[in-house]
Amino acid sequence: MSEHIVSVKVYLVIFFSLLVGTTLTVFAAFYDFPWQFNTIIALTIASVKGTLVVLYFMHVRYSNRLVWVIVISALFWMGILFALTFSDYATRGWLQVF
Amino acid sequence: MKQELAESYVTTKQVGHHSALQHHFENMEQQREAGTLGMWVFLVTEIMFFGGMFLAYTLYRAKYPQAFASASNHLDITLGAVNTGVLILSSLTMALAVHSTQVGKQRLQIVFLVLTIILGLTFLGIKAVEYHDKFTDNLIPGTLIPGHPFDPRVQLEGAPHDEHALHLLPGATVKNVEMFYWIYFAMTGMHAVHMIIGVGLLSVLLYFSVRGRYGPEYHNPIEVSGLYWHFVDIVWIFLFPLLYLLGRHLMHGG
Amino acid sequence: MTPIETFEPPAPSKVNYINAEYGLKSWLLTKDHKRIALLYLGSVTFFFFIGGIYAMMIRLELLTPQGDLLQSTTYNKVFTQHGIIMVFFFLIPSIPATLGNFLIPMMIGAKDLAFPRLNLLSWYIYILGGLVTIYALLAGGVDTGWTFYAPYSTTFSNSYVVAAGLGIFITGFSSILTGLNFIVTIHTMRAPGMTWFRLPLFIWSHYATSLVMILGTPVIAITILLLAFERLAHVGIFDPAIGGDPVLFQHLFWFYSHPAVYIMILPSMGVVSELIANFSRKNIFGYKFVAFSSLAIAVFGFLVWGHHLFVASQSVYAGMIFSFLSFAVAIPSAIKVFNWTATLYKSSIAYDTPMLYALGFIGLFTIGGMTGLFLAALALDVHLSDTYFVVAHFHYIMVGGTLMGYLGGLHYWWPKISGRMYPEGWGRFAALVIFVGFNLTFMPQFVAGFMGMPRRYHAYPPEFQVFNVLSTAGASILGFGMLIPAIYFVWSMRYGKHAEANPWHLPGLEWRTQSPPPTENFETTPLVTWEAYEFAPPEETKVVGRIRGEFERA
Repeated sequence: MSEHIVSVKVYLVIFFSLLVGTTLTVFAAFYDFPWQFNTIIALTIASVKGTLVVLYFMHVRYSNRLVWVIVISALFWMGILFALTFSDYATRGWLQVF
Repeated sequence: MKQELAESYVTTKQVGHHSALQHHFENMEQQREAGTLGMWVFLVTEIMFFGGMFLAYTLYRAKYPQAFASASNHLDITLGAVNTGVLILSSLTMALAVHSTQVGKQRLQIVFLVLTIILGLTFLGIKAVEYHDKFTDNLIPGTLIPGHPFDPRVQLEGAPHDEHALHLLPGATVKNVEMFYWIYFAMTGMHAVHMIIGVGLLSVLLYFSVRGRYGPEYHNPIEVSGLYWHFVDIVWIFLFPLLYLLGRHLMHGG
Repeated sequence: MTPIETFEPPAPSKVNYINAEYGLKSWLLTKDHKRIALLYLGSVTFFFFIGGIYAMMIRLELLTPQGDLLQSTTYNKVFTQHGIIMVFFFLIPSIPATLGNFLIPMMIGAKDLAFPRLNLLSWYIYILGGLVTIYALLAGGVDTGWTFYAPYSTTFSNSYVVAAGLGIFITGFSSILTGLNFIVTIHTMRAPGMTWFRLPLFIWSHYATSLVMILGTPVIAITILLLAFERLAHVGIFDPAIGGDPVLFQHLFWFYSHPAVYIMILPSMGVVSELIANFSRKNIFGYKFVAFSSLAIAVFGFLVWGHHLFVASQSVYAGMIFSFLSFAVAIPSAIKVFNWTATLYKSSIAYDTPMLYALGFIGLFTIGGMTGLFLAALALDVHLSDTYFVVAHFHYIMVGGTLMGYLGGLHYWWPKISGRMYPEGWGRFAALVIFVGFNLTFMPQFVAGFMGMPRRYHAYPPEFQVFNVLSTAGASILGFGMLIPAIYFVWSMRYGKHAEANPWHLPGLEWRTQSPPPTENFETTPLVTWEAYEFAPPEETKVVGRIRGEFERA
């Protein structure tokens, strides 16, 4: 069998990292950072947590290239949905016709 | 050279095969590969499904930041954080269930599946408590519950602090707060539906696990259910900060 | 190496997938992709017939400028339902679920698709969605247009929006399961030696179609769900009363529905590639270009949805981006048309019925595609939007494109599917009648639209009547033409000439097993050592840039 068996130790390390991330994000939420940094920090922590789950719990780190392509494509497609829809909402009102 | 390579694929006729091998596959390896790939392709559809709601959230949050922050502050951060911990733990137990099967520890496999199911049900239970709280505070949007329109109590200036009342930040309107709650129920509701399906899936797996169906040579169903479960966890990992942690810094700073 | 001239067809056996088992249960509980394809063939034809009846009602009403046949509310329901049935229950499933299901495992040398039970489930889901939608039609109909725009659909329409939406929501899962099955099958179940670049182009285009199904369908699923809940809850994300934007619905709706039109056309292009190469006895010109252009259409198709919102208060800057991208998406389609034409050049063309449909496709698709470019130009679209020009444009692609390819493919593979030949004379006659009828129906609509006739109106100014009369006349001819194959296909199942394994004498893998095929498709797993569309003997085939005979497992 060509599959890679991830060790229990790795799973536990990831688990604790996820709990640390959750704690961090809750505490960071109460502190008032300048500009939009509250959002940026929250999303960064969430992305790191999500990445850890994808790479280790979902074994993507040990998977073949096709799985990587699938994961990245899905994120890219969501990106298309966001980016092009925002191209409308962000630029409304730019053109002063009257 | 060509002949040997060809023969390495066509093995089923001569060799006895695993009882779980389906007739249209050449060998278990191909079946496993197909099953895993199939689940990943399905998860892509799930990403796009939730993506539409994340888009709506992003747009309206950008448009009504004060209302969204006010509404978010009214959610119970403790319950939300506990639920996050519950789901993360359930992802661990799910991964350990897969691991136990891979190394042939059948009893542990069952234990971890049971734990994962219990944690999933715990999450749903806490969610039910939260939803009930919204119901009693009249925060269910529109006519979703006939006879209980969206009618929250709003904290008035100078009035004694009412923890069931909505504290509106300057610039926030109750109408836009209703938009937040619509999105809150749509997203957490959809997420809960997926959790329920996941619990159902794991229950079926548990049944077959107890009957000894899965082991080191055949455990793809547990593996791919694990993928589904982790995905649902990831959705919540993003939902939690976006829905619960939005405006806390404005509350305490302002 | 088995060049087609020395290939020995298997000794014909009496047992094939049709007579292997008898009884309703053996069909309704089948896991055989070929039987499931036939289940879909019957259902899809049924829905086409219903959609056709609505079309007939539209054309009858539009014969006269007054709205005298139907009330306006009824007419709204008729064109809405024509659109819903044709798009979701005919065009999207037609080629993938019938020809794709039947042929993909055979073309790659597999025994079945990767998930046969999911395949059967997808058919049941399709039927369930169809029944829910039929309920909506019979209970009183839906009048929002197949596009379900908010706020009319969410707030003001008094028709069966939720039921119709639910039917479409359910059927979407059928599409998703089919696409999922195809992607996994093509990746993991190709026979030894069947490398990616030896695959028939039919497979490449169905792979691209499946990508679109997977990435797009979930978005319309959530959109319909949100629409339905907004209607039930009387508030929602599209509702201005709580700060929502109705145009957001349009963004979400078209994010799927534009790629959906590529779901409709890509499989047909795949069929046409097969027909052009095989009926001109020549390797397709620019195989890799055609293969990659299918993928390019699938990807680019997701970048252009805003061209449906040009006059919907979308930002002009977004409009410019979408307009540019809409021009870009035409390029891979044009690449295909050029390559097909180059294939035909100096080849040995056989004007059998399938080839007639393929040639018709190329001309009509080109017209449809070019008129799409006119619509992609922002300034022109302001004039042409919501006129009959748009209606004519998309019918040229869907009927002149998708339907032609579907009919051509049905004729081409009919001997393989049924073991019988259709009558060639009637086939050619019907193809010509359909071609003439089609053009007479929709060409006048371009003119009427350009001159200003709006779409979705049942009464119109009298100066447009001549175009409408021509169009209705054409529609009658078209309808008559399409009845002919319906009759002779059924006739042929009993009285048609028995077909041999390879009646067209072609090199494809599907022709190397008997007609109809046995349940497991091939006696032994084939070992593929030849290229797609290899007509000349290997010594005479020019190979550029690659070592022959080497196969890799992808």
